[in-house]
Amino acid sequence: MDVNSNKYTIGFSLIMVVIVALILAFTSESLKPMQKKNVELEKMQNILQSVGVSVSRDEAEANFNQFITEQIVLDLNGQKVEGDAFNIDVLKEYKSGGQKNFPIFVYENKGSRKFIIPLVGKGLWGPIWGYIALDEDKNTVAGASFDHKTETPGLGAEINQGWFQAPFVGKKVFDETGTYKSITVIKGGAKDSDLHGVDAISGGTITSNGVTEMLIRTLKVYEPFLKS
Amino acid sequence: MSEALFSKKNMKLIKDPLNDDNPITVQVLGICSALAITVKVETAFVMAMSVLFVMIGANVIVSLLRKVIPSRIRIIVQLVIVASLVILVDQILKAFVYDVSKQLSVFVGLIITNCIIMGRLEAFALGNKPGVSFLDAVGNAFGYGLILIVVAVFRELFGSGTLTFPVIGKIEILTSLAENTGYQHNGLMILPPMALITVGIYIWIQRSRNKKLIENH
Repeated sequence: MDVNSNKYTIGFSLIMVVIVALILAFTSESLKPMQKKNVELEKMQNILQSVGVSVSRDEAEANFNQFITEQIVLDLNGQKVEGDAFNIDVLKEYKSGGQKNFPIFVYENKGSRKFIIPLVGKGLWGPIWGYIALDEDKNTVAGASFDHKTETPGLGAEINQGWFQAPFVGKKVFDETGTYKSITVIKGGAKDSDLHGVDAISGGTITSNGVTEMLIRTLKVYEPFLKS
Repeated sequence: MSEALFSKKNMKLIKDPLNDDNPITVQVLGICSALAITVKVETAFVMAMSVLFVMIGANVIVSLLRKVIPSRIRIIVQLVIVASLVILVDQILKAFVYDVSKQLSVFVGLIITNCIIMGRLEAFALGNKPGVSFLDAVGNAFGYGLILIVVAVFRELFGSGTLTFPVIGKIEILTSLAENTGYQHNGLMILPPMALITVGIYIWIQRSRNKKLIENH
């Protein structure tokens, strides 16, 4: 048979494409549940991280079910609505028009409750995200965890490090009069007495500003709930 | 007459790419992935294993099909085979070693464009039997992996003060030094340019020691 004839060439490519498509479709479908599980477990890990609970991936689900006692969906007015809080894609909610839903997770341990709010924003090179946990007064920060996709190593990428996240603890979202202040990442360093500012990363200004913007925009959405 | 699979001539297929004919340091192929994923030993190792898998698969399949592949579309056929194997690897990594797959991110996909693989398919698998093509793939993938791991050891040790191996986990070597004596990790080692320089130093040392690579001008 002439392997260089047009008929053969076309036939060969058709058969090849069908076989390859079958193999890939089969693998993708059979591995999908495991991949989805991994993404979910990572999300649980991140949520727990914001309240200072570090767990391995294997333990994430058990801990999550034990400590996260309530998952609430809020609308723009801070009213509870029906919905699956865990599977809300927060980024889409900010972009979409009309009715928006925002999730909030309630962490409960030894009688104390904390509210965990998911954050999404933009860094220098790509998306940044995180979770911020507020104490029962819905004002004092109990913890924060951030992560990024492609920030510069050693500079912006430091937002997922403990030294950047630790100073958030104890900061306040509202001032004494109850005015919304959010928390700002301050270039050149925040004063110790500043209840609404933390140190920025030198050399990571745009990422730091991204964190500030993310906090201001996100916490604003939750303001009605936090004030109730 | 058929030749024994592990004859002297065939063993050369495995040994040569490790030194005399190394795909990265001598042929200077596959450089971009070598720069990108050598920040940690673990990712370098997983990348090397992924390339080994794709390379063996592609070399053997192309070699088996060498007589039926229409020559006019052979590059496309090779690409399809490599791409499918790469997608398989990507899916498997995502399902079983999620953390590592996150670190490798786009670079797994870029194995498709790794010139070493296409180079071996064109230069070797299309004209040789599956057995020797397999050995050729193993040799070249090891030659590639060797450089990745050597570069990663230097970059991780001096950049972060640790060595992260698969299974064993993270070993802290210079971190206590950094905490107690004011020693600073070299942040530059983490950035891609230092990978290029490290590979350059490797090539320099290799060329000064290996007589076959010394050019007479």
